[in-house]
Amino acid sequence: MTTLSDPPKESFRLSMLLYDTRYRSMTIQVIALIGFSAFVWWLIGNTAQNMAALGKTLSFRFLWEPAGYDINQRLIEYSSQSSHFRAAMVGVLNTLVIAVLGCALATVLGIIIGVLRLSRNWIVARIMTVYVEMFRNVPVLLWIVLAMAIMIETQPAPRAFKGDDATASMIFDAVAITNRGVFVPAPSFTSGFASTGLNWLIVLLVFAASIFVVRLVRARATATQEATGIRPTTWYLQLGLLIVPTAIVLLVMGLQWTSPELKGFNFKGGLHLRNSLIALWLALSLYTAAFIAENVRSGIMAISKGQSEAAGALGLRPNRIMSLVVLPQALRVIIPPLISQYLNLTKNSSLAIAVGYMDITGTLMGISLNQTGRELETLLLGMLIYLTISLLISAAMNVYNARMQLVER
Amino acid sequence: MSDTHAQTVAYVRETMLPERAPPATVVGPIGWARENLFSSPANTVITLVALAFVYLIFSILIPWASHNTWSATSLADCREMTGKDHGAACWGVINERWRQILFGNYPEHLRWRPILDLVLLGVALAPILFTNLPRKMLYFSAAYPFIMPWLIWGGTVWVPVLAAMGFVIGFLVIKFGEEVLGSLLAMVLAVVVALVWWLFLLSPLSDVLSSILPIGLEPIGSSRDIGGLLLAFVIGVVAIGCSLPIGIVLALGRQSNLLIVKTLCVGFIEFIRGVPLITLLFVASTLLNIFMPPGTNFDIVLRVIIMVTLFSSAYMAEVIRGGLAALPKGQYEGGDSLGLNYWQAQRLIIMPQALKISIPGIVSTFIGLFKDTTLVSVIGLMDPIGWATAIRADTAWIGVLWELYAFIAVLFFIVCFGMSRYSMYLERKLKTSH
Repeated sequence: MTTLSDPPKESFRLSMLLYDTRYRSMTIQVIALIGFSAFVWWLIGNTAQNMAALGKTLSFRFLWEPAGYDINQRLIEYSSQSSHFRAAMVGVLNTLVIAVLGCALATVLGIIIGVLRLSRNWIVARIMTVYVEMFRNVPVLLWIVLAMAIMIETQPAPRAFKGDDATASMIFDAVAITNRGVFVPAPSFTSGFASTGLNWLIVLLVFAASIFVVRLVRARATATQEATGIRPTTWYLQLGLLIVPTAIVLLVMGLQWTSPELKGFNFKGGLHLRNSLIALWLALSLYTAAFIAENVRSGIMAISKGQSEAAGALGLRPNRIMSLVVLPQALRVIIPPLISQYLNLTKNSSLAIAVGYMDITGTLMGISLNQTGRELETLLLGMLIYLTISLLISAAMNVYNARMQLVER
Repeated sequence: MSDTHAQTVAYVRETMLPERAPPATVVGPIGWARENLFSSPANTVITLVALAFVYLIFSILIPWASHNTWSATSLADCREMTGKDHGAACWGVINERWRQILFGNYPEHLRWRPILDLVLLGVALAPILFTNLPRKMLYFSAAYPFIMPWLIWGGTVWVPVLAAMGFVIGFLVIKFGEEVLGSLLAMVLAVVVALVWWLFLLSPLSDVLSSILPIGLEPIGSSRDIGGLLLAFVIGVVAIGCSLPIGIVLALGRQSNLLIVKTLCVGFIEFIRGVPLITLLFVASTLLNIFMPPGTNFDIVLRVIIMVTLFSSAYMAEVIRGGLAALPKGQYEGGDSLGLNYWQAQRLIIMPQALKISIPGIVSTFIGLFKDTTLVSVIGLMDPIGWATAIRADTAWIGVLWELYAFIAVLFFIVCFGMSRYSMYLERKLKTSH
């Protein structure tokens, strides 16, 4: 008769750390962690030693000292007496300005070019292919520098607009393109509040409210359509709701446009868009548009032909096929790479430093760095700011992806 | 039966008529134009507008470009030659300065070395790019990373030889240590031995060897002399070569189920991808020496190469991760069921497929990297754009604009467009589906 006994208890041996899969992953991770910590420790040690040798300490106090330099394009109050922190904020806002402007123009151009590249007209499709290949295969920095050189060297000087025998003239008497920048009419309010920002905020709020109401109208129309099968005609209501309230607000606050005028050797009044802004804006948009065009094209091509044929078989008209069947599916393919193009554009906007546009690279990581000699602090802060912007954009992308994901049954 | 049938239906034709040619309006150039250019009134209008646009471009471009001003020595000279104030290309600037745009200040009598380097690059890449070449050539490809910097920078031959020896020693440690220590320990030991070799033994040994056997090339003065397209090539080729293996390791780390390894890889990748390259180049130019042990002061080009490599390896890792994620799970399970260990499965099953899927992404990362090398002009290195700025500041050529940038743009276009075409060829060749 056999007796039942416990299996011999396995004793832990050191070699099991290596050969037993239960423990091996632990061993690898501990080794990795030790290696990484040692590396970081080594870096910090070196940095501390070098900083001590240079007589520097890690301190962010310089941020509140007067910056002592001027910034020509600023959205918030700033003078050379303001602090480095304020200068950095001006830079961040300028980065955001160029990012938003660039993304808007690049999207519009990219969609047009991408759709035209699929055109059945051979010659149009070819022209767009040439555009895309030309911009994609040449560095963006070259486009930026070239755009800046074109603005400065080939545009007429303000004095060319002067006198009876002027060699240059303003477009519609409102826009002047000169080698010192582009002058456009500036809006202002005669009877609004004292603060310009507050006025614009009111306009924006009214516009947002009217968009909200329009969406309500649309939702009701859809509800009616689902209940009765007939969609009420609401486009004039929607259009009116979209335009009228904002127009009334603008009228009440007395919106007026001040055109630039030639005074002395330069234009006065109006909005002065500097060369650096224009060059950076155009170059970044044209460059990114080529990439967006490819995303749009591949998105549309990714929708199989059977989809539009099936929709046609159901009796939908071509524009309804596009808006109800092809576009919703294509957008799911297009938008993620589109957002990563936005991210690229925002990061490429740091090339502003090549044309002297004062974004965060030009202020904090440029002049502030040179004036205070605090490389470590300014570069860390600058990277942190870019990292925050990038992470915000990719968070937005993740939210979108999660919402748009195919719900499979 | 069939006979009677044939008689009853006498109108059935028994001989084949020769095919008639389709009408001239639907085939050939005319038919093609009708279908593609003039299919509807709207299409016709668009075609005419597009043709007018193309004509406009060429009517400006061709008269502008077709001035023979190659021998001019200054912009004023050009103006005199053509008799025009503007609207005439001044090719003299290219004729006079192309050497700087291509080589920078690289010593003139040594310029055969970068050219030889480029030729050898072609030889080294050929067996990788075209699989029908003899496989023995891959040995040369493996040696090329050590030959290339030696040819550019010059100096004693022993440094690259000993650096290559480090890899050989590491490999030998793995090969012979595996049986005694097991694969994991052997790998760790190999890395440690190789690092010790490079960091502590390489420079004294090379000093000794070069004093015994002084074989070498004439060293160039300073690496700031490397400029122009040569600089873009040096940075681009080294960073491309290094970023692919680092990217693969990072991608595997990100995919692994070891929490700490994964976190480290994700942190690195997201940090690098979140900041612009220009900030990393600022780090290279101002901060990297602060991070190193006191007294180290290494070359600015090397510092830039390190940062560019780190930058592109993060992007590479994401591309390869996409390839890994696209593989069906059955491939991993298949590897496991054959009894392969992690590295065997990666090497024999996963990586070949994942890399194939990610070829378009890898090549577009390469193209992006090569274009990004121009950013070094912002930190004061003289790449083609840096030279363009310098030439435009020269009194003889103030005001030159289109010729110079067009020349540089064409240089970059040729390289980048070539790469993208090759990737399309490769995609077609490797396609195994129908």
